[in-house]
Amino acid sequence: MEIELLTGTTARALAFSAPLIWAAMGEIFAERSGVVNLGVEGMMILGAVVGFIVAQSSGSPWLGLAAAAAVGGLIGLFHALAAVTLRANQYVSGLAITIFGLGLSGLLGRGWVGRPLANPMRTLDVPILADIPVLGPALFSGQYLLAYLALLVAPVLWFVLHHTRAGLSLRTVGESAAAADTAGVSVTLVRYLAVTFGGLMAGVGGAYLSLAYRPSWGEGMTNGMGWIALALAIFALWDPLRAVGAGLLFGAFFTLSFRLQDRFPPELLTLLPYLFTVFALVLTALGRGRRAFGAPEALGEGYSRGER
Amino acid sequence: LRESAGGRVLTGLRFERRQDPSPLLVMGVSIGAVVAALLATAVLFSLHGVDPVAAYGTILQKTILDGRGFSEVVRKSIPLLLAGVGLVLAFRARFWNIGAEGQILAGAVGASAVALFAPVPAALAVPAMVLAGFLAGAAWGFLPALLKVRLGVNEIITTLMMNYIALYIVRWLINGPWRGQSVTGFSYSDRFAAHTWLPTLGNTRLHWPTLLLGLVLAVLISFVLFRTRLGFEIRMMGESPDAARYAGVNFMWTTVAIISVSAGAAGLAGVGEVAGIHHRLVEPNSISLGYGYTAIIVALLARGNPLAAIVTALFLGFVFAAGDIMKVSLRLPSQMPSVINGLVLLFLVCSEPLLRYRLARRASAPPAAAEGEARA
Repeated sequence: MEIELLTGTTARALAFSAPLIWAAMGEIFAERSGVVNLGVEGMMILGAVVGFIVAQSSGSPWLGLAAAAAVGGLIGLFHALAAVTLRANQYVSGLAITIFGLGLSGLLGRGWVGRPLANPMRTLDVPILADIPVLGPALFSGQYLLAYLALLVAPVLWFVLHHTRAGLSLRTVGESAAAADTAGVSVTLVRYLAVTFGGLMAGVGGAYLSLAYRPSWGEGMTNGMGWIALALAIFALWDPLRAVGAGLLFGAFFTLSFRLQDRFPPELLTLLPYLFTVFALVLTALGRGRRAFGAPEALGEGYSRGER
Repeated sequence: LRESAGGRVLTGLRFERRQDPSPLLVMGVSIGAVVAALLATAVLFSLHGVDPVAAYGTILQKTILDGRGFSEVVRKSIPLLLAGVGLVLAFRARFWNIGAEGQILAGAVGASAVALFAPVPAALAVPAMVLAGFLAGAAWGFLPALLKVRLGVNEIITTLMMNYIALYIVRWLINGPWRGQSVTGFSYSDRFAAHTWLPTLGNTRLHWPTLLLGLVLAVLISFVLFRTRLGFEIRMMGESPDAARYAGVNFMWTTVAIISVSAGAAGLAGVGEVAGIHHRLVEPNSISLGYGYTAIIVALLARGNPLAAIVTALFLGFVFAAGDIMKVSLRLPSQMPSVINGLVLLFLVCSEPLLRYRLARRASAPPAAAEGEARA
């Protein structure tokens, strides 16, 4: 009985937090390169709306997913252009993307509201793994492919980040752009790639919402998830594997809080995720300096050779 | 292809770093971003099958050139001015307050609490509501400020989360404990007693006391920023934190104090909306039409100058009022104002290098070493 509660909660937590994990993994790569992207919310919502429109028109959710990833990546490219080449204020550029994305998505999706996706993504079981006791029903059955993929991509990204030359370059650029530059690493190229990749991942997160989890389009349907993903990147201490763990913890908390719905008014229940996000950030920061808890040293700073 | 220091080669011309951009250039860049956004909007009009020239004609005629229309422009710029001036102050100290939306809602709740429940003499009701709204808004900014200065918690995310928390608290209040006795089927509170309503100008919805408050606040904050020791310290905190620390500025209390004032100003915007327009606590999306987020643009366009926020608030108030005209007279989608807002901000971002670089002939460029010395 208790095992069932545990597996059931974990399964629902994964289903809920998959878009957060996707977007957070992308943001972790962007921030590891030293670029903050406050545009995650805007990228997710544009990914969600474009993915939905393409999937609904073509009948294929996978085309929709590709379109969402492409849109996210394109906006990421714009953010890289602003933050790296134009050396504009990264915060302002990200905010601009979010504000513009929320408005534009509403405009684009106007004729598509209230029409459920005809051919949404389906849930499936992972062969063999689904039969493992406890772990099978918790993580490997009844989920959408994108949720499983998140679990698969996380260790790959972790490996790339910590055990490859590319990962080393990425981390060096984020810690000290000047040092990376001296070592012959192109700061510009690394940041462009990382930020574009971050956008692509946010687009996938948005597509999960509109093509799988709630296969429909509703204005503002991300409802702050992009911002929670930003918090998740910090809570996970900028590590893709920990992002999965932290995401599941977030998801479990949200899932469990809905068990209180008999005793609490629904509006107060809905605000719990946001309260929990603040709480998680406080926990992360408690008693630790920035250096100690591992933020990339050059986070938020533009780089131009010969200038300090 | 890069050159060794500070500049980029571009077919015989190079970008060289400016020292300090002139105020005229700063203003020009802000205006340029606005014009570019309005031109891009013209393209959007065409895409929706509306002739842009005729559309802008209609909009101008029904907003700027029409008495009642213009009162709507000013009316919508009031919350933008109050919240925007507060954000100018916060951004000056490099505190990224993205939470004006929640602070507006908190202010609305504070004022409503007084109007609905506090046994205040009629003559004191409005001042008490203004005070309560300011304090409620300030309280909403206080927590993120404290978390930032004490623990280094990222204020961007906390202030944003506080927006959602405020939104759902308002929803809960109007559906639960504060739900009106006299209304069935709607979620809002009872109507405030008439003596708590803010007076309006003639038969418009322009609640002028709040406008006056915004103007006074802009002048006051401008005075503090540029004419007092505290203002000098705030500007130093933003521009060179190390120097400020060395000079002995108390970061913690200065930050907490100015963020509370900044958030309190947004709270006043919430007071104006419930006491001047709705006369009850209503849906959060009706109290604020996204004023808190738009106030960020007001502050960024004003580039750290509280008095300039009066002009930029008026412009974004015009965008909101124009949105109504677009919806009603031109049958354009209701999302147009938020798209225009986003465009203004995007163009502002792209124009930022203009403030930092200028185009010069290569020959006239100073050698890298001299440039370095000049900065040192």
